[in-house]
Amino acid sequence: MVSTTLPVRKPRYLRRTAKTGLWSWVVTVDHKRIGMLYGATAFLFFLVGGIEAELIRLQLARPNGHVVSADAYNTLFTMHGLTMIFLVVMPMGVALMNYIVPLQIGARDVAFPRLNAFSYWVFLFGGLFLYSSFLLGGAPNGGWFGYAPLSTGDFLPGDGMTFYSLGLQMLGIASLAGAVNFIVTIINMRAPGMTFMRMPLFTWMSLVTSFLLLFAMPVIAVALFEMMFDRVFGADFFNVAAGGDPLLWQHLFWLFGHPEVYIMILPAMGIVSDVIPTFSGKPLFGYPAIVFAGIAIGFMGWGVWAHHMFAAGLGPVANSAFTLSTMMIAVPTGVKIFNWLGTMWGGSLRFKTPMLFAIGFVMMFVVGGLSGVTHAVVPSDYEQTDTYYVVAHFHYVLFGGSIFGLFAGLYYWWPKFFGHMLNETIGKLHFWVMLIGFNLTFAPMHILGLQGMPRRIYTYPGNMGWNIPNFVETIGALIIAASILVFIANVVLSRRREARAELDPWDARTLEWLTPNPPPEHNFDEIPLVRHRDELWHRKYAPTPEGVPTRIIAGGERTAADAPAHEAHGIHLPSGSYMPVMAAIGLPVTAYGLLFFPPLIGLGLLIILTGFFGWVLEPQTVEEGY
Amino acid sequence: MKEARYGDFEYEGRGHPEVRDYVQIAVALCVVIALELTVYYLLAPVALVVPLLGIFAAIKFFIIGSWFMHLRFDSRIFRRLFLSGLVLAVSVFLATLLMFVLATPPPRT
Amino acid sequence: MSAHVPAVPEAHEHHTSTGLSNNKIAIWAFLGSECLFFGSLISTYILYHNQTNGGPTAAETYNIPFTAIVSFVLVLSSMTAALGLLALQKGDHKAFRAWIAATALLGMIFIGGQAFEFTHLYEEGFTIQTSPLASSFFVLTGFHGGHVTVGILMLLGLLAMSLLGRLPQEDAHRAELVILYWGFVDIVWVIIFTVVYLIPTLGRG
Repeated sequence: MVSTTLPVRKPRYLRRTAKTGLWSWVVTVDHKRIGMLYGATAFLFFLVGGIEAELIRLQLARPNGHVVSADAYNTLFTMHGLTMIFLVVMPMGVALMNYIVPLQIGARDVAFPRLNAFSYWVFLFGGLFLYSSFLLGGAPNGGWFGYAPLSTGDFLPGDGMTFYSLGLQMLGIASLAGAVNFIVTIINMRAPGMTFMRMPLFTWMSLVTSFLLLFAMPVIAVALFEMMFDRVFGADFFNVAAGGDPLLWQHLFWLFGHPEVYIMILPAMGIVSDVIPTFSGKPLFGYPAIVFAGIAIGFMGWGVWAHHMFAAGLGPVANSAFTLSTMMIAVPTGVKIFNWLGTMWGGSLRFKTPMLFAIGFVMMFVVGGLSGVTHAVVPSDYEQTDTYYVVAHFHYVLFGGSIFGLFAGLYYWWPKFFGHMLNETIGKLHFWVMLIGFNLTFAPMHILGLQGMPRRIYTYPGNMGWNIPNFVETIGALIIAASILVFIANVVLSRRREARAELDPWDARTLEWLTPNPPPEHNFDEIPLVRHRDELWHRKYAPTPEGVPTRIIAGGERTAADAPAHEAHGIHLPSGSYMPVMAAIGLPVTAYGLLFFPPLIGLGLLIILTGFFGWVLEPQTVEEGY
Repeated sequence: MKEARYGDFEYEGRGHPEVRDYVQIAVALCVVIALELTVYYLLAPVALVVPLLGIFAAIKFFIIGSWFMHLRFDSRIFRRLFLSGLVLAVSVFLATLLMFVLATPPPRT
Repeated sequence: MSAHVPAVPEAHEHHTSTGLSNNKIAIWAFLGSECLFFGSLISTYILYHNQTNGGPTAAETYNIPFTAIVSFVLVLSSMTAALGLLALQKGDHKAFRAWIAATALLGMIFIGGQAFEFTHLYEEGFTIQTSPLASSFFVLTGFHGGHVTVGILMLLGLLAMSLLGRLPQEDAHRAELVILYWGFVDIVWVIIFTVVYLIPTLGRG
């Protein structure tokens, strides 16, 4: 048979790779480094989005506030929403997915390392592009869901909402590429014996999240394209005067928007489902139930979008149908809550910081979930739509839920990322301050909302009875800010003072703790053979004849650290590549071209094309290029 | 002999189409297009023609998917991945369009 | 077998959990995603098929015989693409290159046809700014054309890889990605032909 062996020759082109220094981070295709990049970037955006939130709260602290102008306020709440959703919660989830999922399934990397790098760079450039709007003539100011016709050029003529459509488009591309990558990784890169029903919950929920992203992103892509064609090329999709229908935007947006809600919460649910068993000393209660509940949420998440549009006048049939489906989706969510409670029940609980955040997640999420069910009832929703009640609800699920869950993950996996623990005392302080600040900020919003305070007003008169709750909320927001400073202090101090983490500092149950902290570039010297759910635990404990689990000394935790170094030979990882960055840079160039200077469109497309052709044609490793 | 890899043209052990098959399939597709045009130009009642055109499109869709994209020879996983997207798209967009119909108030007379 | 087995994860794909190629799972997942993409665009078109804003209606605008010819071209290109893949799977690199070149050429004819059609419509006063109908027509068919263009670029990429000797027989699953994508683009055209062109213009003949 004909074989095509590459002849020995000089490298065809410059392949600059590096193992250390700044350049090594630019060309990296290592899922762990990309995860770190995602995490660091998302945290910086978290600070920016937090400052925006503080400004909003300062403005609303007193009636007739003058901290910011009405225009600035519109920009602030729009950018706060966009930042927290697209630049913080989603990428922070992706950061943990990137770092942890390959380790949990016993893989050496994700299925497409360069595509992974591409996702990160597109995300970074998309975020920077969105923020560059502040310098280039006005940031988005039409709300994070950009309802037409307000978001059309007739009503918001500046470039802000064009930045919105193009910036979110880029973030969507990043998410879609990431979703494909993780679906393939989880379906196809599992270690031998790692069947689906043995996978750790975080991996499971990452898989469901990836499928939601896979199918939701194209819908918002089309909505954003239609908006972009309206604003840049004068198309008539949402031009009411020409017969366009603003409801179309709402449908497309929420067809994406509701799965998006689950995209943000499911990774946190996965984290909590891994953290709670570890600190309860028990296997997850009802593993199949919680897995299928996650899948059910993923499915049903597609059948509830119109509950965001009850007030739009869809008619009684649609409203009733979506009331039913919305109430039903609370069932699998409730199943998960009971699974977590059942896991803790009768366990030997250790209240370490990750566990505190996980319990905080469960409690706050229940509050947010219950207020969510009240929206499902149409008459009650009519009262609540566009009031602070809604703001309270979604902050309880997204902050009390997702952010608490993500912090649980950060504390839990910090030793995995950096090789040292975060300080427990400061960590607990962080948790309690954040929990108190969070509830002070968002609990009064329920009452304000029911009293009729609309969201998105930049100020309010002093005689509405809203003064005290608003003031309390602002105090709460400042306490949240203080808690984040505590976290930063913890990161800085722990880096200097905390000792190196042991191999398995939490007595954990899943495969990622089988590797050293932090893991070597190739993760596992030998790909582990998986025989059980909670594989690591079964390698550490065996039942005595009486059935009591006892620690075994059989070297079950034999890790890469103990293995002779020469075993790492023969493991070839793909070399770094700058093609993903190059292809990613082309996207903002194209977008600026659409906004300001059409010739840039051509240049941008050319850069993208060059990047991709280089990507396809370059050899996977440097050695091959000779 | 090398070990089995993808690229071997046995799809999942269920064989593979040959040149002849592909040519026949292309001819069949052309026949369907010709039928579509015939129906389009010659048949009058819209109520009859629209379903017919829909059926023809579905046939072409099915033929291309199962032969040119060789889904009928390939792993079930691929079929499921594709069908999940397709079924989801059809259901949510039918629901959406239905809601537009339901939300439109009847014309006042 | 060949001495050239690059020792990187993607080359070890026969060790994958399902025994299937990463590339093929990825492309099928992506095509599933594309169903939602074109589903959104097609629904927009269906919603707006009567919103002419006083401009030309669909029946006054489209040229069905021309579009029918284009449909034949695309069907033919799907066949050549499938034949190209078969040739590569059997190790016939020359035939592979010929079929792939033919496919790219047919794709270019399709794009040329679309360019001609768009120009013609613009001259008749049916532009993206005319009406919601026109906007959704141009954006839907435009994105389809964009997909065909990307397909042509990928086919040319395959050709380049093959000529550089980087597309050995056992890597046929890489070429398969492009062929599957091409088939999908043809499927989308099947829907567009019926939903965009035929049904809204019925009864004109």
